Amino acid sequence: MIRVQTDDFDIGAELRALTEGRTDIGALVTFTGLVRDMNDGRVSLMELEHYPGMTEKELARIEREAHQRWPLQASLIIHRIGRLSPGDNIVLVITASAHRHAAFEAASFLMDYLKTSAPFWKKEIRDGEARWVEARKSDDAAMTRWK
Amino acid sequence: MKLLYFARVKESTGVAEEDVMLPDSITNIAGVIDWLKTRGEGYAHAFADLAIIRCAVDQQHGNLDTPIAGASEIAFFPPVTGG
Repeated sequence: MIRVQTDDFDIGAELRALTEGRTDIGALVTFTGLVRDMNDGRVSLMELEHYPGMTEKELARIEREAHQRWPLQASLIIHRIGRLSPGDNIVLVITASAHRHAAFEAASFLMDYLKTSAPFWKKEIRDGEARWVEARKSDDAAMTRWK
Repeated sequence: MKLLYFARVKESTGVAEEDVMLPDSITNIAGVIDWLKTRGEGYAHAFADLAIIRCAVDQQHGNLDTPIAGASEIAFFPPVTGG
């Protein structure tokens, strides 16, 4: 499941919704990404822009690929857009499987792919000035391990 | 053809979206970029460094060689920074 939303998410509620009425899930892995202030309290705001339409397609594509690679019973990707503050939730990935290894690996895979292929762009407001966050080479490197 | 721009690219071109008639001689993304660069200072600036330009043809990631025949939507944007 894919959701792109401005609202915050409730991790507990999402986990309950994913597992409700099921007894085949033995492992749930949850990854939550938060808006981080990498500049000593100088970042006051983060703005998330995205490409409506392509964002959902890309997230669905990487989710499909995760399900092809690992035996997953369920998965959820939520990514927030709009205005966020340091400390806010920004992304949630949940993977459910019979056993932990598939759930851990799939969650890691989903995040690596999301960071390098889903069309989101962060702009931070620092000291009153807006600047686009630069892409990180380490994220590209992280993705290549799944090739 | 619908062209879309996002993030820093959008700020340079000054528009988020536009409908254009591309010359028939243009067959791939590289051709579209060369043509866009002739449309003014903002466009020239937006596409000055191709190392930081990414593109999508009909909402699928492409590259300079991606053909544009039959496409209805092309988007240009910087490397993504979500997550």
